[in-house]
Amino acid sequence: MRLEEEKIANPIGSPRLENLGVEMHPKQARVTHCSNLITRLWNRIDFAPAFHRAGAMIRLFKVKEKQKELAENANGGSPIRKQTAGELRLHKDISELNLPNSCSISFPNGKDDLMNFEVSIQPDEGYYLGGTFLFSFQVSSTYPHEAPKVKCKTKVYHPNIDLEGNVCLNILREDWKPVLNINTVIYGLYHLFTEPNYEDPLNHDAAAVLRDNPKMFESNVRRAMYGGYVGQTYFQRCM
Amino acid sequence: MADTAPPSKSRDLDKLLLRPGNLVGPTFDPGVQLRDDLQEYARVLVVGAGGLGCELLKDLALSGFKNLEVIDMDRIEVTNLNRQFLFRLEDVGKPKAEVAAKRVMERISGVNIVPHFCRIEDKDIGFYNDFNIIALGLDSIEARSYINAVACSFLEYDADDNPREETMKPMVDGGTEGFKGHARVIVPGVTPCFECTIWLFPPQVKFPLCTLAETPRNAAHCIEYAHLIKWDEVHSGKAFDPDNPDHMKWVYDEAVKRAELFGIPGVTYSLTQGVVKNIIPAIASTNAIISAACTLETLKIASGCSKTLSNYLTYNGVEGLHTKVTEFVKDKDCLVCGPGVLIELDTTVTLKKFTDMLGEHPKLLMTKASITYHGKNLYMQAPPVLEEMTRSNLELSLYDLMDKIPKGILHAISTIDKDNRKSSGLRKLRVVFKGVDGVVDMDMAGGA
Repeated sequence: MRLEEEKIANPIGSPRLENLGVEMHPKQARVTHCSNLITRLWNRIDFAPAFHRAGAMIRLFKVKEKQKELAENANGGSPIRKQTAGELRLHKDISELNLPNSCSISFPNGKDDLMNFEVSIQPDEGYYLGGTFLFSFQVSSTYPHEAPKVKCKTKVYHPNIDLEGNVCLNILREDWKPVLNINTVIYGLYHLFTEPNYEDPLNHDAAAVLRDNPKMFESNVRRAMYGGYVGQTYFQRCM
Repeated sequence: MADTAPPSKSRDLDKLLLRPGNLVGPTFDPGVQLRDDLQEYARVLVVGAGGLGCELLKDLALSGFKNLEVIDMDRIEVTNLNRQFLFRLEDVGKPKAEVAAKRVMERISGVNIVPHFCRIEDKDIGFYNDFNIIALGLDSIEARSYINAVACSFLEYDADDNPREETMKPMVDGGTEGFKGHARVIVPGVTPCFECTIWLFPPQVKFPLCTLAETPRNAAHCIEYAHLIKWDEVHSGKAFDPDNPDHMKWVYDEAVKRAELFGIPGVTYSLTQGVVKNIIPAIASTNAIISAACTLETLKIASGCSKTLSNYLTYNGVEGLHTKVTEFVKDKDCLVCGPGVLIELDTTVTLKKFTDMLGEHPKLLMTKASITYHGKNLYMQAPPVLEEMTRSNLELSLYDLMDKIPKGILHAISTIDKDNRKSSGLRKLRVVFKGVDGVVDMDMAGGA
């Protein structure tokens, strides 16, 4: 059960709970906004002894100094590498991946580095049918607080992917929420190929062509995928 | 008869440590012995020697702690000088930790501060175990998350899932941002740890790339365009370094050009720094207030001279002065500080047998589990490419895979099949190998 975070924005007039770190009788507590608050304050009678034990810390420090060797052995040795909670959450996402046949994942750094991987997408319908597009994923240790960083490694003629490989996908930036996962990101990327969108362009030339002349867009895409020039830009074959 | 002796330097501290009181902890033992023990035995690490770090070093040294160490990876910059009062203009360019340690030792006699000019990740985990209390003056979620994980890794639980007090590593964490700040006490196993309350952080502000590329509307859009899109176009391959003033100037110039193109006002150099580096102007008084709260808590934890903050103080000085203390509750399923589920095994159990056991364990019911140990993926059920890479581990004994240590922490991920309802789970497991030498009897160790 989580305690509601009180709005700090308006300090004047916000209800002040008389809880400034000083022990107080539970009966004096006034409930502000969380129904569990009273229960928890009553429980502080049980909670408090656990906390008061912390007051003996200096004695513990003295004992520890004298038993330093013993303490280190009891620990069983320090762990080799720290694993963050973010890595664990990523581990969960990866083990629950449910990818369509058109998408596959690979781990260039081996089975122990899940933070850097590649996803290959081969659209089975739409303008980009037959092409193979590679994306690199970089997940930071603050995942899922931060979205994974995704770049397109294949140079592609696409209204929502620029020539540097930046991808315009809302869930990668402004609409990212920690409840999303790697599966949803991959599905989002797949969607970019089946339904390119001229309204959020990163490549405005491609977007304009898609909007005004879909037939020419289709032929530009095919020429780029087979390997060739579209305008001044050369695209390598990716079929 | 005139009293010509100057007041003792520890006059104020003596009022707290030499007399009994009504708000003290239950095992508080007032007297000169306590004050001397604090000086001799208490070892505190200050993480960060910036705005909060400088204040913390000063406050801790003056509060009777004589064995301090400070760690910071940065060098002093001119913009630090308005609040990081231990530094002067001629110190610009020198490592913060070293200058801070030197200055405090010059002004306060008897204190010994060891500086460490390096990243917190560069230190061996045993380094952190040497300290009794860790005081944090950090500026990012990642750094706090790391130290929290390290401190909580020392925590051990007994057979009844109660935290063992002698393995608790208390931390006092402070943070400031303009006129606002927080100070919190983290005692692993008792109070919520940093991960237990990570949901408190709001999501970061991120603009859509297409807005930046096509339809900027404000100064921040122009700056981010220059920073994220234009930089790669012009300097492809070269990483942008926010601490390099030439890089920052380049971004600022490009942002100005873009803003002129779209007729958007408000692009300034300081806004550029703010948007790119997430800098919020810092105020000396906020740092002083939060540091005072943190130091007081450190003193209380070490000496028991008063009941500690329980457990999260927020401060807001935007209009008037407002402080509030909230008592957050530990998450018992926290992956970092929680006890996990205790599992006792023979050293002969194979990984395959272990994963089968998890499916039948009444508290877990995890079928087809994937197992990870300290960053090594022992077995992954999916995706197929990883299952292939880890299949060979199934025949090996878990004891061998866990480096033959008597006990350790594993994490298991799988679908949980409870009451015919499937849900996915990520659980922390405490594995103890029976009959292995060196396993200290849980109830006997470390009695003080």
